[in-house]
Amino acid sequence: MIMITDKIYTENMSLYYSGKIALNNISLKIPEKRVTAFIGPSGCGKSTFLRSLNRMNDLIDGVKIEGKVMIDNINIYNKNIDVVNLRKKVGMVFQKSNPFAKSVFENVAYGPKINGLNNKKQLDEIVERALKNAAIWDEVKDRLGDSAMGLSGGQQQRLCIARTLAVNPEIVLMDEPASALDPLSTSKIEELIVQLKENYTIVIVTHNMQQAARISDNTAFFYLGELIEYDRTKKIFTNPDKKQTEDYITGRFG
Amino acid sequence: MINSFRKNIKGIVIEGITLFSALIIIAIVVIMLSVIVIGGKDQLSWEFLTSFPTEGMTKGGIFPAIYGTALLVIIMSIAAVPFGTVTAIYLTEYARENSFIAKTIRFAVRTLAVIPSIIYGLFGLGFFIKFVGSNIDGAFFGGELRWGQPNLLWASLTMSLLTLPVVIVSVEEALKTVPQDLRAASLALGATKWQTIRKVVVPGSISGIMTGTILAVSRGAGEVAPILFTGAAYYIATLPGLSDQFMVLGYHIYVLTTQSANVDQTLPIQFGTTCVLLLLTFILNMSAVILRYRIRKKKTN
Repeated sequence: MIMITDKIYTENMSLYYSGKIALNNISLKIPEKRVTAFIGPSGCGKSTFLRSLNRMNDLIDGVKIEGKVMIDNINIYNKNIDVVNLRKKVGMVFQKSNPFAKSVFENVAYGPKINGLNNKKQLDEIVERALKNAAIWDEVKDRLGDSAMGLSGGQQQRLCIARTLAVNPEIVLMDEPASALDPLSTSKIEELIVQLKENYTIVIVTHNMQQAARISDNTAFFYLGELIEYDRTKKIFTNPDKKQTEDYITGRFG
Repeated sequence: MINSFRKNIKGIVIEGITLFSALIIIAIVVIMLSVIVIGGKDQLSWEFLTSFPTEGMTKGGIFPAIYGTALLVIIMSIAAVPFGTVTAIYLTEYARENSFIAKTIRFAVRTLAVIPSIIYGLFGLGFFIKFVGSNIDGAFFGGELRWGQPNLLWASLTMSLLTLPVVIVSVEEALKTVPQDLRAASLALGATKWQTIRKVVVPGSISGIMTGTILAVSRGAGEVAPILFTGAAYYIATLPGLSDQFMVLGYHIYVLTTQSANVDQTLPIQFGTTCVLLLLTFILNMSAVILRYRIRKKKTN
């Protein structure tokens, strides 16, 4: 058996919105260079949990977090953690594609540029590599100067993935990245995610259970702010331990 | 039968009255515009726009008044637009929506917007001229009267206070049209808040900032009261600098109609000046309306 490092782990992590509990006592380990999926009905806390891994919840007033959230064995909620650097290491792709109203090139170059990189040749290389890694290079290589708003929904989402990869993160968080896309674009994104796990630790929230089954190595089932079950994806989908998990997967609720 | 006939009559009369008052509004606009345009159209010429008044302001052009108005609104914008934009950025990007400080700022902005313009004039006189100007003179010029008197700079700054609420509200509205998703995307890429504001939020609302500027300029160009005490002049033979009094379109009309030695003789010039001022504010307002319409369209998309 190969030893797999835990890239992320949480211990007794709870999260409150203005005093109301949203995540209750979550402990789980997310392995490096694997795809980990979070499933569960709307409002179960899976997106909230995802957003606590790069501290995007900091943007919301009244959020309080207890317990440990460790990435590379460092608690990211320590006082001396620089959130800006954390987010360079832990990238995020959102549910709705959100390219900037800039050119394709400028979208991808945005991250490197705010990090102070201005060398045109280096930027060209980074942009090309990121677009290739996001499997969109062939579609946009002749229109790098065109506005990103002119791309299709699926292309925009892959562009957003390229934009995230350009910052060279170690972890990529994806919040239902394919929920607004047609089946063809969805399958492209799924293929891409499977490729990406060679180099990145991927954590994905999805409503689509087939998607979780197809692309993830491990699956966590959340319900009402609790982590009900977390195991190998195969086990979760064929022989779950908990009745609630089975009910959800077989479509009896949610 | 008779009853319902009466009801009918009553309905028609009421509709007629409401329509009549609505038509009066149209009539007022048409009469006002046509009187000004008919009276002023023969006066409008390149000559009129580019020459100085002559013969005790009964002949000649209104160039110094146009020049003064232009400088006034430019300096006013240089002061009001950055200040207003930064305030709007604080309100939308930094302050919590319902915090005490945000509420207080919004209350102050609303209050500024409803203060009668003559009071701005008095404030400008008291604050900029008597307090700031006199102290500059005392500190740097040995008490010699230089900045402690009405001039273009103090008038422009007074006017910028008047137009500040317009700028703040327009820019705030524009900043709000930038989707939260884009701010989140930028922050998730490891941008700081300030980088996000500078590279994503402000570029995304630049047309709103321009709308605010134009509305402010248009308001400033038409106001007379704030500059009465702070710098407007009856007649100046040379073009003004920052520390000089200056001529301005709105005040020029007032001067021609009330202070002139021969009011009847200046009538064509009064009409011409009014025409120019009206056209100027009309063009400015139209461009602001068009820009704002575009922003709203973008927002709904």
